[in-house]
Amino acid sequence: MSAQDPTMSAEDPTTGTTQRTVSPERPRMSAEEQPTTTDGEPREEAPTQMLDPSRSQSTSTRTAGGGDAQTRANVRDGLAVQLEKLRAYYGDVAQVKGIDLDFRANEVTAIIGPSGCGKSTMVRCINRMHEEVPGARAEGKVLLDDFDIYDPSVDVVAVRRAIGMVFQKPNPFPTMSVFDNVASGLRLTSRGRGDLQHKVETALRGAGLWEEVKDRLSEPGAGLSGGQQQRLCIARSLAVEPEVILMDEPCSALDPIATLKIEELIDQLKSKVTIVIVTHNMQQAARVADRTAFMLSGELVEVGPTQQIFTNPKDSRTEEYVTGKFG
Amino acid sequence: MEAASLGGGKRSVLQRSPLARLPDRALRWILTALAASILLLIVYFFVKLVGEARPAFEKFGVLGFTFDNNWNVSANEFGALPLLVGTLITSGLALIIGVPVAVATALYVTELCPLRIRGPVTILIELLAAVPSVVYGLWGIFFLAPKLQPAEQWVADTFHFIPFIGGGIVTIPNYFITGLVLAIMILPIVSAISREVMSTVPIDHKEAALGLGATRWEMIRIAVLPYCRSGISGAAMLGLGRAIGETIAVTILVGDAPVLGKHLFGQGYSLAAAIANEFGEAQELHRSALFAAGLVLFVLTLLVNIAARLLVMRAERSTKPKRTAVDLTETSAPLGAGMGA
Amino acid sequence: MSASAHTLDRFGVSARRRRKDKLARGSVVAATVVALVPLVLIIYYLLSKGLSSWSVDFFTTDPTGNTFFASSSIGGIKSAILGTIEIVAVASLLAVPVGLGVAIWLVEYGRSSRFAQIVRFFVDVLTGVPSIMFGLFIYIALIVGTGSSYAAYKGAFALALLMLPVVTRSAEVVLLLVPGSLRESALALGAPRWKVIFRIVLPTALPGLVTGVLLAIARAAGETAPLLFTAGATMKTEFSLNGFMNSLPIQIYTDVTSPTTSVVNRAWGAALTLVAMILVLNLLARLLARRSSLG
Repeated sequence: MSAQDPTMSAEDPTTGTTQRTVSPERPRMSAEEQPTTTDGEPREEAPTQMLDPSRSQSTSTRTAGGGDAQTRANVRDGLAVQLEKLRAYYGDVAQVKGIDLDFRANEVTAIIGPSGCGKSTMVRCINRMHEEVPGARAEGKVLLDDFDIYDPSVDVVAVRRAIGMVFQKPNPFPTMSVFDNVASGLRLTSRGRGDLQHKVETALRGAGLWEEVKDRLSEPGAGLSGGQQQRLCIARSLAVEPEVILMDEPCSALDPIATLKIEELIDQLKSKVTIVIVTHNMQQAARVADRTAFMLSGELVEVGPTQQIFTNPKDSRTEEYVTGKFG
Repeated sequence: MEAASLGGGKRSVLQRSPLARLPDRALRWILTALAASILLLIVYFFVKLVGEARPAFEKFGVLGFTFDNNWNVSANEFGALPLLVGTLITSGLALIIGVPVAVATALYVTELCPLRIRGPVTILIELLAAVPSVVYGLWGIFFLAPKLQPAEQWVADTFHFIPFIGGGIVTIPNYFITGLVLAIMILPIVSAISREVMSTVPIDHKEAALGLGATRWEMIRIAVLPYCRSGISGAAMLGLGRAIGETIAVTILVGDAPVLGKHLFGQGYSLAAAIANEFGEAQELHRSALFAAGLVLFVLTLLVNIAARLLVMRAERSTKPKRTAVDLTETSAPLGAGMGA
Repeated sequence: MSASAHTLDRFGVSARRRRKDKLARGSVVAATVVALVPLVLIIYYLLSKGLSSWSVDFFTTDPTGNTFFASSSIGGIKSAILGTIEIVAVASLLAVPVGLGVAIWLVEYGRSSRFAQIVRFFVDVLTGVPSIMFGLFIYIALIVGTGSSYAAYKGAFALALLMLPVVTRSAEVVLLLVPGSLRESALALGAPRWKVIFRIVLPTALPGLVTGVLLAIARAAGETAPLLFTAGATMKTEFSLNGFMNSLPIQIYTDVTSPTTSVVNRAWGAALTLVAMILVLNLLARLLARRSSLG
């Protein structure tokens, strides 16, 4: 996600943040291990990675909202999306109560938690779909490559081209063929010129669907099986070439075999895009995700490498959840 | 698939030019203006109508005009009571005759009918709505009225002791025939709405009744009809509204005697019929009186329709499960988001 | 054996209840049959009286307005047919875009806001307005004030007013049936609102929308009252929207009260023609509804 030029730095005049790449000597530790929770819950530390003493200080000031060149420098590298103090409301009810979370580039991050904990809501704030619900709003910052997509000057439509979404229930457009479905993203965003054929094929290959549908491109998209439809939706999102793809329980409506295919797909895709996947299935998180974040009642409880979350969680609530004491 | 490089580049990518945002803004503006102009249009017409009706109301007083029994064109005296009563009689008849039959057809289609003929029967009922009102008038006056005259006369003679129904000579245009044809005309709409309401009765209610050993009819009586009460009332009110406003068929079938209905099988008049018959050659005060009659008609249908909507709304509300806080955030709008999982 | 029969007796349905059940069900069936009888009778009568009037001349000659002399020809209904087609076409051109626009606004923008509730209420009010009022409204607006007289386009306006709420109501219902997930997917791909509406929502809803429009047209074609004091009546075939124009419902209405039998027969022929046109539109609407992928 970042140009690895150690000398590059540019100041963004509006937000006053300095974007810097990290020089190679610095340990590539990120600060996601230490999100603040609004009621001052104990911070998790990264147990297995080197902790730079100066780091902890800078990272704790990071959440104060940027502006500190030092903090930016440490954190910038390799992060696709950063959430800062994100809150999401439906009317007056806060469903997401202040989250600081980073998503690393070209990795799969899973969000787990019991029903109603706000995982979907939070994820929908990332591509600004949350505000489409009447009466819903979000506060805080969501930084895409260090640029706050909630900035007033930002066009919502453009954000969604950069951050794609795959929904729980596969929903290809019913009036369109397979080909048109994949091309729809391009056509709707006025990039439907140029070699459509090629782009569609690339997207379908990327979704692992090409071989199965290459002879059926003009058939209705809705005529495919459930698993194929979902991969069609993934292809549709891929065609627009987003940086990030958000997946909201993409396999919950599918049978186990289709689920497995999609999980394999996710593993292949992460080299090209950053993936955030919401799932209520912990085994799935364990299978596909590099990092996992556990949410409870609208707050982020713990985040860390998937292995660690499941075998050696720091927070007792995390432990109770992953061992099935509640959920 | 590599992301664009960061910094100022990201920013310009995310900020679409104002020009590109134009179609969205334009569309929203145009459509909102359209919706608002509908409101303005209706208000405008209403105001104009009141304006035209004013002279008549000034001459006879609002209550005087509406409730005086004196519609005398030649003497330029206009009290609309005979018209109003005629409208109410014919519509009332339409309700009495039409609603039970419509509800019965709805019951038949939803509860008793074999699956295969459900479709055809429904279509046939709805075809009744496809017949234009002037054809109903035509058919009524040339076919139905003469055919029924002997029977009507028999009823009038046999029950001569009952006021309004009995006694008198049966004329071809009369209240009864009008009411009967109106009943046929409102059948499709009352039936359709009743059908809708009946099809939303939860299966469990019905199964509970049947499981107790109720016969089919008892099940309908216990589980279906009470559930549908508000909805069917709403449907009936809508039918009433339709009957009140019906013009051409009534004009042809009710006659043009602006007298307070003496009996069922005699001629009468109605608000809409008066307008249709007399407007063409009306002058000044007469014309204003007709506008005033139109206003009365309009207000009448308005009240009935509002009552109908309220009833149907209440029916829907009482049958939907209680909404939880979760539901409140999921609106019925197209973009109700799934709640945080 | 006898024991089980005895047991069942205890649980059986009494004869009285059975009788009631049969009676009630029988009445319901009877009522349904009764409801369908008029339809059969109307169609039968229309066919028997109307078909005999049909001839090539019937459709290609104008009515002559001659109602007294049985020997001379009374003409056909050509001007009435053409007039209906023209007036209804113009009315549709006005009512359909506006009606659709209001429906789109209600579903995509207004939703459950206060303003939208008010608009919806007013549209509902319009659906209940007696048809003659539309004629009166146009009369007040376009004839009284301006001092001009009847004209075909004024009749078309009146019909358009009548069609408007019908189109809006049915379009709103159909648009609401389009699943929210479709809109979401399109938005999530980064499409601007207007493209979501025109490229995704409207095409998906199209069959249902067309059905609604066809039904509204069928309804307007059969209306007489709105045309009574707006379009003026004339016998000749006219194409100008500025002058008087004949129409089928008006022609029928005029002929109904005539003392001459041949004229009344012409009314039947015209009625059959009108009903046939409406039935064809209804049929088309139904066929389309069946092909819709929604609801």
